[in-house]
Amino acid sequence: MATLENRLRIQVAPPPNQKKRGQGLTFRTFLSSPAIIYLIVLTQVPVIFTLGYSLSNWNFLRPERTRFVGAQNYLDFFQDADVLVIIRNTLVFASSVVLLSLIFGMLLALLLNRQFFGRGLARTLLITPFLIMPTVSAVMWKNMLFNPAFGLISTFVVALGGPRIDWINDFPMASIVTIVTWEWTPFMMLILLAGLQSLAQESLEAAQIDGAGPIETFYYIVLPHLRRYIEIGVLLEVLFVLNIFGEIFVTTTGGPATDTTTLTFNIYLESFKRWNVGRASAYGVVAVIFANIVTFFFLRIIRSGEQKEAQG
Amino acid sequence: MKTHRRKLAGHALSVLTILIALLIFFPIFWMFLTSFKTEADAYTDPPLLLFTPTLDNYQVALQQSRYFDYLGNTILIVGFSTFVALALGVPAAYSLAFYPGKRSNATLMWVMSTRMLPPVGVIVPLYVIFKNLALFDTHFGLIMLYTAMNLPLVIWMMRSFLADLPYEILEAARIDGSSLWQEFTRIILPLALPGLMATILLCLIFTWNEFFIAFNLTINKAAPLSVFIVSFKTSEGLFWAKMSAAATITALPVVIAGWVAQRQLVRGLTAGAVK
Repeated sequence: MATLENRLRIQVAPPPNQKKRGQGLTFRTFLSSPAIIYLIVLTQVPVIFTLGYSLSNWNFLRPERTRFVGAQNYLDFFQDADVLVIIRNTLVFASSVVLLSLIFGMLLALLLNRQFFGRGLARTLLITPFLIMPTVSAVMWKNMLFNPAFGLISTFVVALGGPRIDWINDFPMASIVTIVTWEWTPFMMLILLAGLQSLAQESLEAAQIDGAGPIETFYYIVLPHLRRYIEIGVLLEVLFVLNIFGEIFVTTTGGPATDTTTLTFNIYLESFKRWNVGRASAYGVVAVIFANIVTFFFLRIIRSGEQKEAQG
Repeated sequence: MKTHRRKLAGHALSVLTILIALLIFFPIFWMFLTSFKTEADAYTDPPLLLFTPTLDNYQVALQQSRYFDYLGNTILIVGFSTFVALALGVPAAYSLAFYPGKRSNATLMWVMSTRMLPPVGVIVPLYVIFKNLALFDTHFGLIMLYTAMNLPLVIWMMRSFLADLPYEILEAARIDGSSLWQEFTRIILPLALPGLMATILLCLIFTWNEFFIAFNLTINKAAPLSVFIVSFKTSEGLFWAKMSAAATITALPVVIAGWVAQRQLVRGLTAGAVK
């Protein structure tokens, strides 16, 4: 609460250097403009380049034939049969990972939101997959867990009398989803745990006195309270998961055929394997637009939260 | 009777939680264990739990490969990009926290949106520009890009930490007539130090682990560890123990940093949207 008051006071209080009020604006600009300019040059200018390239048929292998083709790359995007597969892969991949990590993250957050001996240790162990370098995770899972001959999973399944399965070749998408879910469940868990810890103990007790069981309490009290946290977690994870590249590169390289090629991976193939700058850029613009839509909703939630805080 | 049963159920849940945590952590533990095996011990069916540990793999991974070159590149790139991001970002965060104007909120939102820009959306022009300006496969090039990745994080986190500082202390300092620089170095910085450390750790986690940009914009001169570790992606030959050793020392610094900064992790990850 103290922090909230301070924040409000800062909003209402006059600028600290009252005497220099006239200079306040220029001083503010002086302090923040280097960062802003840096971000514009490094992030917005390249997007404009991408937009420009996307209107050409520039290919590094045939640079002499480069010409302006207008919206052709975008039209191709909607007509190409492969694109449908790629979009389907992207949706299957992102939604499976987000949904699974939401479910597991929720369960783990509920389990961790109790006082017990070893809680700190459990939490520390549980967040580790998120901290491990993604390419290390991918190399580790591919070799030591998914390997059909000596991998841990196969050893375990065979010991139970099951068949010996070459996970990455037989179930490529499920394998990648498994790795990425393992990496991202801690993220969801941490956000939901923060949400659970901000839930007032009184409302839980009140529900119990009113005779609500654990499921009813969860559904009517906990879940509505967590809504904002779930939204933030899901949107952020969508943004991060859509950018995933290393795990796919290490395990399946987008294959077999195009079975695990997502939009991100396809842009890599289009630009650095086929050197098709024009088309890769058009796909890149699509990726940027999509990310902006998700970001828009994310920022709207943050903003509404801040307004609520300011009013409360 | 009822309370007794509830207590028992509580203990069962606690044990379950710890078991799940151990299960999820197990692959990492297994990799760590394998890094101390001989290659022959690493490939057994059933897997070996008891074995004579050896440090050979670390010696091989460290000396026979170019591990130290990659490590040096990573440290250089991560260090400088974090430092420059702080130098640019902390003043911006300061002004946004203490001199909020009409457009401050919009600026903050825009800053965050630049962090959400998918790297694939800009990788082609970056490649072209880097080739043309001789930035390709240079430390300087990667430092520039990673700084842009860290900057939104620094601005958001530091603004949120600075805005939480008790205002009375700042006011008291002003009445004492200290200059802005004194006020910043003597009062604000010490108070915001935990926040600053958390910010640095998050920058470290993200840039240390970054792969996509590094992989496409370097070959070998400036390639960081994330690129080095991918050379273990083929599963031919006996190499699990060496791979485990290399992977362990590669991932370890960030894992430790993350363990230390657990509490600040959430806040940094969600841009302060979640307290």
